[in-house]
Amino acid sequence: MSWSFSNDKPIFQQLEERIVLEIISGRYEPGSKLEPVRELAMTAGVNPNTMQRALADIENTGIIYTKRGDGRYITENTEIINEIRNRYVLKKTEDFIASVKALGLDEDGIVKAVREALKQGG
Amino acid sequence: MDNIMECTGLSKIYKNAVALSGINLQIKKGRIVGLLGPNGSGKTTLIKLANGLLTPTMGNILIDGMPVGVETKKIVSYLPDHNFLTQWMTVDQMINYFSDFYADFNFERADAMLKNLGIDRTKKIKTLSKGTQEKVALILVMSREAQLYLLDEPIAGVDPATRDYILRTIISNYNEDATIIISTHLISDVEQILSDVVFINNGNVVLCGSVDDIRQREGKSVDELFREVFRC
Repeated sequence: MSWSFSNDKPIFQQLEERIVLEIISGRYEPGSKLEPVRELAMTAGVNPNTMQRALADIENTGIIYTKRGDGRYITENTEIINEIRNRYVLKKTEDFIASVKALGLDEDGIVKAVREALKQGG
Repeated sequence: MDNIMECTGLSKIYKNAVALSGINLQIKKGRIVGLLGPNGSGKTTLIKLANGLLTPTMGNILIDGMPVGVETKKIVSYLPDHNFLTQWMTVDQMINYFSDFYADFNFERADAMLKNLGIDRTKKIKTLSKGTQEKVALILVMSREAQLYLLDEPIAGVDPATRDYILRTIISNYNEDATIIISTHLISDVEQILSDVVFINNGNVVLCGSVDDIRQREGKSVDELFREVFRC
C-alpha cells in the first residue's frame, strides 16, 4: 500500500493530516480539482468510506469545497490556506520547543540551537 | 433495509462441539467488514451459514431480509477457504463454467484482473502454483456483481505485493451498496481497508465496531487490540 499509517490514531485523522499538508505545502494549486474519492482511496490503499469521512472533515475547515455533481476543489481563497499553514507551522514549532525544553534548554539556548541548525543548512 | 446480514440467536452445534452459540449480529450495507478471530473460533461456520452450506441448529440468519436460499445465493459471492477450482480445466474454461452458474458475472472485470496479474488464461489450473490458483479463485469471486461477498481467508497464500494488489482490487471493484466480509487473521494487512470489525471467539461475538472508533477509543490499532484480547 502506498501510504503508511501509525497505529495510535484513527486512519481518517491521518488521511486528513496528510491531505491538508499536501494542500498547504503547495502540491495542490489553489482552485485546482481534487481526485475523486475512490481514486484517492485507491492511492492511499484505504476504504473509500474512510476517505469520504476524511474529506468531509477537511471540508469543514473551508480549505476544500464541493461543486455539486463535479467533485471537490481546493479553495481559491489563499487566506484560508495561509492561515492553516501558519497554524501548522506554529504547532510544529511548539512541538519542537517542548521537545528541546525537556532537555533543559532555555529560550536563548533554543534560539541559538535554531540559528546553528539553519547555518548548517538544516 | 439497511442490513445485508442479520443474525438473531444464531447457533450451530456439531455433534459434540458448539461452533456458534447464539450470536446476534447486524452487518450494514456498503461496508467492508473484517471477521476476526483465532483458529477454530467460528469464522468459517458463520460464513457457511450465510451462504447456505450449513443450516443453523437454532436461531436464524437473514440475507438482505430473506432467509438463506436460492434467492440469497444469487446475491452472495463466496470464496471458500479451500481450493474449489476444477483442476483439469484451463483458466478460460473455469471462467466460462463459473459464468454459466452466475448471471451477474462480469467478463470484462475478470479479464482486466487476469491481465493485471499476468495470468495466462490458456493454462490448465493444475499447472498453476498454489498462489496463482488462489488469485484465479479470488478473481472469479470478485468478478460477480454481488451484494454480499464472503471471503474466507482470501490473502493467506499470496506474496505481499499480490496481497496489496488484491486489497486494491477489493476496494476498487466493489460497488458502494455491496458489502464485503473478509475472514482473516492477517489483520495488519487488511486493517486500513476495513470499515468495521467483528471479533469472534469460542462461538461468541466479543467485540463489534468501526475501525476508526476502536482506534480512537483504544489509542491502538485493531491488530494490537486483537493481540491483547486473544493473548495466548
